[in-house]
Amino acid sequence: MDPMPMPEFLDAAKRYRDELPALRDLFLANAVFCGETPSPTFEEAELVQFLTDRFTEGGLENSIDEMGSISAIRPGKSGKRNILVAAHLDTAWETAVDHTVRASERRLHGVGLADNALGVAALVSLPTLLDRLGVDLEANLILLGATRSLGRGDLEGLRYFLDHTKAPVDAAICLEGAQLGRLSYSCLGMIRGVIAVTVPEAQDWREWGTSSAIMRMNQIITKILGIGRPLSPRTQIILGSISAGSGFTPPEKARLRFEVRSEGGDQVSRIQQELENIIAEINANSPAEAEMEIFARREPGDLGFNHGIVAAARGIMESLGVEPRIRPSISELSALLARGIPSLTLGLTKAEHVNELEESIEIEPVFDGLAQVIATLQAIDHRLAHE
Amino acid sequence: MSDQIEPWLQSNTFHHSEFWDLRKLAELKQEKGLSISVCIPTLNEEATIGKEIIIIKSELMDRYPLIDEIAVIDSGSTDRTQEIARSFGADVYFSGDILPGQGFKRGKGENLWKAIHQLKGDIVCYVDADIRNIHPRFVSGLVAPLIYRDELHYVKAFYDRPLTLTKGVRSSGGGRVTEILVRPLFSLFFPELTALIQPLSGEYAVRRTVLEQIPFPIGYGVETSHIIDVYEKWGLEAFAQTDLDIRVHRNQTTEALGKMAFGTHSRPSNGWTPTASSIRSQTWSGSTASSRSRAPATARSSSRSTRRNARR
Repeated sequence: MDPMPMPEFLDAAKRYRDELPALRDLFLANAVFCGETPSPTFEEAELVQFLTDRFTEGGLENSIDEMGSISAIRPGKSGKRNILVAAHLDTAWETAVDHTVRASERRLHGVGLADNALGVAALVSLPTLLDRLGVDLEANLILLGATRSLGRGDLEGLRYFLDHTKAPVDAAICLEGAQLGRLSYSCLGMIRGVIAVTVPEAQDWREWGTSSAIMRMNQIITKILGIGRPLSPRTQIILGSISAGSGFTPPEKARLRFEVRSEGGDQVSRIQQELENIIAEINANSPAEAEMEIFARREPGDLGFNHGIVAAARGIMESLGVEPRIRPSISELSALLARGIPSLTLGLTKAEHVNELEESIEIEPVFDGLAQVIATLQAIDHRLAHE
Repeated sequence: MSDQIEPWLQSNTFHHSEFWDLRKLAELKQEKGLSISVCIPTLNEEATIGKEIIIIKSELMDRYPLIDEIAVIDSGSTDRTQEIARSFGADVYFSGDILPGQGFKRGKGENLWKAIHQLKGDIVCYVDADIRNIHPRFVSGLVAPLIYRDELHYVKAFYDRPLTLTKGVRSSGGGRVTEILVRPLFSLFFPELTALIQPLSGEYAVRRTVLEQIPFPIGYGVETSHIIDVYEKWGLEAFAQTDLDIRVHRNQTTEALGKMAFGTHSRPSNGWTPTASSIRSQTWSGSTASSRSRAPATARSSSRSTRRNARR
């Protein structure tokens, strides 16, 4: 394979950053439209319609698959290879939440902007940006707005696309709104699930309140915290949220959402087994009924720090003055790496209060973020063309 | 119901979706040699002004060349309205700086009439600054009838107006001054104008030639005044209205609506109403408006007498 002419891409990245501000309104308008279109997991149809309109307007062939994901193709000069750019369409916000976006001088404010309206806006803006910057790729560019990614969606949209696409994907970039500098080329092993505890309705006064579902859940959590978590491979048990009760009476039900993440797949399996043992022990020793449901699973994968496209992305970031923040992913990247597709996840801008009501993103760094995506695309394209 | 209203509703009431083809609309505008200005009158609208400019500029200037200029005419905001509008590329003017010889009266009507002098378009589309769900249809849906049909002069918006609450929106309400004051007033004195579904909507597109011939009260009553004057001079057939679906906006307190209602049935306290002739008499460097050919403002006296009758 020819060596990568890195300086060419580094210079191009800087040029794009200088030219992109002229296209600011086009991008920000897409960000506003994407941010103001509610798109909770399994209910992404309205946002898909917006993407359909934009792709059709831009003359791109596009289609919606059985999972509701939308893909469009920007044909390459040779069209022999295919590069996928993907962004998940779903957000953590229900439709009833106010999705109004507000623009101040330096920021956009609104729920779901960073995760992932901005990523979707970049996806849908990309054909126009490439046209205006005069960027032609050898490979076909497949743009995918993936449904059903978050939570119980479990990457269903992306997995379905990868399993059924007739255009084999040679490399991929996943877009996330935040944070600029994010560079993910590996993914963690992960399980995500819920533990639910139910105590009998009739109160046993001899237990003096210890029969509450909260007390039983507390026992379970205490035992979970006792599970060994090695430093190598790095392993985490994340207790994400807990819900129980509504007042001052002992609740009958309690729910705990959790994730187990590890660089080692064996560790995830071991901890899952220990969790199952804890549930069995609680069920055996008390009248409470505990259940565990695992609804999302990832296998660990790693493209490698020195892989050509990782090195290219690092170099491009550094040329833009963006400090690469290497972090493993548990999102779309895992479905791609699991299929042996060289892939990266890149962040687009700086954001605050991500996944909170006060979420906001900075406008100015977006130009660095978009420039890095476009230059990295070119680097990948060059690499594929010379393989 | 007047015999005219039913056919007018059939022929002059549109839905914005009829004008979905912005490319075609922009081409026709180009063919006809028209220019279009968007004017956003503001007073402390920092929460919404930035997004309005982003959307209108991107969709109707960059993507489809329908609009030639977008300007904010500000009454002296004390928040960051002017800075934000400027940062997103709008032309921003303090209305007190326009025609300073005519004085400065803070008010919406003041902004609107000074905009005629400041802006260059053959069609001026006014858009209120407090629209939370701004969309290109708020402009394209209003200028399109004027582009397609030369006989139309004044296109008014109508829509559902859910009220924004702390969490989410409520699907009813809004338009209270319209229902309690203006529609009964029209029903009594100008029955045909009841065909206008939302006569007080802040979004409308008007031909410059019309704006130059009607007076502008400085306050909230400007829209009611316009409608009466245009009706008297050109008749109901000069109007059209477009359904823009939903407009989400900041809810006004009853006190604020009281001021609006007062303004709607009042004339300026100084008794002076700016007209095209007073604008024309100004010598104002840098303005292209002074070089335009304008018809005399003959409607002024009759409009005043009509409004006097209406108040009895």
